[in-house]
Amino acid sequence: MTNTAVRGVRWAGRARGLAVRLWTVPVVVAVWEVAARAVESVYFPPPSAILARLRELWFSGPPARLFLSDAAIADFVPSLGHLFGGWALACLGGIALGVAIGRSRTLAGYVDPLIEFGRAIPPPTLIPLFIVLFKADTRMQLATIVYGVIWPVLVNSVDGARYVDRLHIETARVFGLSRAERLVMVILPAAAPKIFAGLRLSLSLALILMVVAELVGSATSGIGYELIYTQQNFDLPGMWGTIAVLGVLGFLLNSSFLVVERRTLSWHRRAGRKG
Amino acid sequence: MLDVVNLTHTYGSGPDAHRALGGIDLKVSEGELVCVVGPSGCGKSTLLRSIAGLVRPTGGEVRVKGRPVSGTPDDLAVVFQDYSRSLFPWLSVRDNVALPLRRRGLDRAARRAAAAEALAAVSLESAAAKYPWQLSGGMQQRVAIARALAYRPSLLLMDEPFGSVDAQTREDLEDLVLAVRGHHRMTIVLITHDIDESVYVGDRVVVLTRAPAVVAADLRVDLPGPRDQIATRELPAFVHLRAEVSRLVRGRPEFGPEEFNTVPPHTTTSPLVKTPSHLTKE
Amino acid sequence: MIVSKVVRGAVGVAVLLVVAEIAGRTGLMDTQIMPLASTVLAGAAGLAVDSEFLHDASATVEVWAEGLLVATLLAVPAGVLLGSLPKVEIGLRPLIEFLRPIPSIALIPLVTLIAAGDGAMKVTIVVYAACWPVLVNTMYGLHDVDPVARDTMRAFGFGRLAVLLRVALPSAAPFVLTGVRLAASVALVVAISAELLSGGAGGIGVYIIKAGSGYRIDLMLAATVWAGLIGLVVNALLVRAERGLFRWHAARAGVAQ
Repeated sequence: MTNTAVRGVRWAGRARGLAVRLWTVPVVVAVWEVAARAVESVYFPPPSAILARLRELWFSGPPARLFLSDAAIADFVPSLGHLFGGWALACLGGIALGVAIGRSRTLAGYVDPLIEFGRAIPPPTLIPLFIVLFKADTRMQLATIVYGVIWPVLVNSVDGARYVDRLHIETARVFGLSRAERLVMVILPAAAPKIFAGLRLSLSLALILMVVAELVGSATSGIGYELIYTQQNFDLPGMWGTIAVLGVLGFLLNSSFLVVERRTLSWHRRAGRKG
Repeated sequence: MLDVVNLTHTYGSGPDAHRALGGIDLKVSEGELVCVVGPSGCGKSTLLRSIAGLVRPTGGEVRVKGRPVSGTPDDLAVVFQDYSRSLFPWLSVRDNVALPLRRRGLDRAARRAAAAEALAAVSLESAAAKYPWQLSGGMQQRVAIARALAYRPSLLLMDEPFGSVDAQTREDLEDLVLAVRGHHRMTIVLITHDIDESVYVGDRVVVLTRAPAVVAADLRVDLPGPRDQIATRELPAFVHLRAEVSRLVRGRPEFGPEEFNTVPPHTTTSPLVKTPSHLTKE
Repeated sequence: MIVSKVVRGAVGVAVLLVVAEIAGRTGLMDTQIMPLASTVLAGAAGLAVDSEFLHDASATVEVWAEGLLVATLLAVPAGVLLGSLPKVEIGLRPLIEFLRPIPSIALIPLVTLIAAGDGAMKVTIVVYAACWPVLVNTMYGLHDVDPVARDTMRAFGFGRLAVLLRVALPSAAPFVLTGVRLAASVALVVAISAELLSGGAGGIGVYIIKAGSGYRIDLMLAATVWAGLIGLVVNALLVRAERGLFRWHAARAGVAQ
C-alpha cells in the first residue's frame, strides 16, 4: 500500500471512530429541533433559533477577531479574567500551603479541623459577606472564586506531599540535596499527580463560582450578567444560548487542562501503566 | 574509614519497643568490601541506615573518616534494594544520575559528562535519555549503581542491592560491583541475606545475630582473585566458608547476643578463616 | 497519637479564634466590618434557638434532601444501565460530557421561568447538580467489577441479569455511595446558591441575605458557621456509612484510613 493510502485508511478509521462516538449529537439536536418546532413552546426554542440568537449576541464580529462581537468581548474578558485570576491565586496559595501542611505532621494536626470546616462551608454562602466587605466589584468576584476553589488544590496538595515515597526522600538526603532542592526536585514532582487532580477539579469549580458570583453580585457585565439580562427581557433563545456557551466553555477548559496534564505528567501515566 | 562503636537502636518505646541493634562494633578500613549478613529482620537495614545518617541511633556512635555521623555524610552514597522507588520516575536516566552531583558544585555540562561516564561504566550509555521505568529491573539497579559511582563517594553502602532481580542478572551485577570497585577504589559495605553472595563478593563477611543484633562473627574471605562466578564457587575454600557462614546465620536458635561476647572458637580454628585480631574480643 | 491529634486540632481552632478576637479588640481589624470572634460564636449559639433561623435551616435541608433523593433515584438506575450497556454509553458520552460542566446555577434564571413555583425550581436545580457525581460514580463502579468474579458467575451458568444483581451491583455499591456523598455536598452548595439568587419563602441563603441587608455581618457569619456545620455533619455521616457498610471494599482497595 502506498503512503497516502495508509493515511487514507487511518483517516477513515478515525472518522468512523468519531462517528460511532458522536452520532447521538446530531440526532439529539435534530429531534429537539423537530419537537420544538412542533410544540412551539416559548420556553423551549429550537436549536436553530438559539444559534441565530447566539450569533447575533456574541458572534457577529469581524473574522479577524474570531467573529467575536463587541458585546462578546465586553462579557468574556471580565468573566474569564476573574475565572483565571481567581483560579491562579487559589492554585498558588493552595499548593504552597498544602505542601507545607503535607510535609509537617505537627502543622497538619493544628490546621486539620480548620481545613475540614473551611471546605464544608458552601462558598456561595460567603458572597453576601464579600459584597459587604468588598462591594460588588472585581475583588468580591476574586474572593468568591479563590475561597471556593482553593480547597481541592489544598487538600490534594496535602495528600500528595504527605505520601511521598520515603525512599525518594531518603535517596535525596543521602545524596545531599538541600531542603530547597528536595522540595523542587523530589517532593513537588512526586506530589504532582495529586496536585494536578486538584487543579483540574478546581478549574471546573472556578467556572461555577464565576457564574454564581456574577449572578448573586448582580454584575454589570460578564456571562452571568447576560443570563440575568436575557431573563429579564424574556429572551429565552438568548438564555439557552448563554447556558450552551457555558457548557462549551466548561468542556474546553477541562479538555485543554487535560492536554497540559497529560504532557506534564507523561512519566506518571506511562510509569503507572508499566507496573 | 568507618568505625561503628557499640551501636544500639530501639524502635518505639514501652512494651511495644523493638530493640533492633544490641551493640554493634564494626571497623572497615579503606578500600575494603565488607558484606554484612544475618537472619532476616535482624536489623541489617537499621545498621545501614544509621551509617547513612538516615536513622539517629539510640546509642553508640558511627564515625566516617574519624568524624562522627550526624545527618547524611558528604562522602557517602547508598544503593537501595528497591531501585524502582529510589530512582525518580519523573527524571530521565541521565538526570537521575546527574542529580546528586549538584552537591559537588559542578555546572550542568560537567554534571552531564560525569553522568555519561558513570553510565558507561555500567554499560548503559545508550539508555541515558530513557526513563527508569522503561528499563528492566537489572538495568534500573545498574542506573542506581551508576548514580552512586558518579557521586564518587569514598564509602558506598549497598542495602540488599540485588535482592529484587533474577538470578542471572544478580550474578552480572555482583561482577559489576567487583569491577567498579577495583576501578574506583571505594570502600563498600554491602548488606545482603544471601550467604553465597556475601562470600563471593566480600573481602570480609560480618555475620549478625537475630535482633537485637550484635556481631556474631567476622570472617576474612581469602579467595583468589579475580573471582569468577563458576570457578570461584567451585573452590573448596568457597564451599567451606559458605557452610561456615550458613551455620552462623541460621545455626543454633539458642544463639543470643550474650553468647557472642567472644567469637565462637571454631571460626578461628578453621584454616581458611582468619579473624582479624582487632575484632576478637578476649 | 489520637489524643495528641485532637489536642492539636483544638489548639489550632482556639488560636485562630483568639487571634481574631485580639485583632478585633485592639482595633487591628475594624469590628464594624469584621465582628469579634466571640460575637459571631455567640450569634451562632443564639441561632440554634432562634425559631426564624431554624425554620430557614429546615427549609434548606428539605430542598437539599429532596433534591439528593430524586437525583439518586434517577442517576443510579441510569448509571447501571449505561455502565452495563457499553454501546449506549459510548453514544451518550458526548452528551454527558457537554451537559456535566454546565454550572447548574446558570440554569436558575431559566428554570425560574419554566418551573411551577419556587420550591420546584430549587429542587430541580439541586437534582440537576447532584445527578452527575452519582451517575459518573455508578458507571465507574460497574466498569470496575472484578472480571474474575464476573467470569466465575458466568462459568456457573448464571445469566447476564444474575451476574448484574449478584456481582456487578454489590461491587459497584461503594462507588455509588461515594457518588452520593460527593453529590450531597454539591447539593448543599447549590441549594444555598439558589436561595441567595432567588430568595423565596425561606432558607439559610434567604436568612443571610436578610441579615446582609440589615448590615448584621455577625449574623451572616453565624449563619455561615451553621451552613459549614451542616455540611460537615452530612459528610461525616456519609463517610461513616461508607466505612461501616463497605469495610470489605476498603480492605480490597487497600485504602488507608
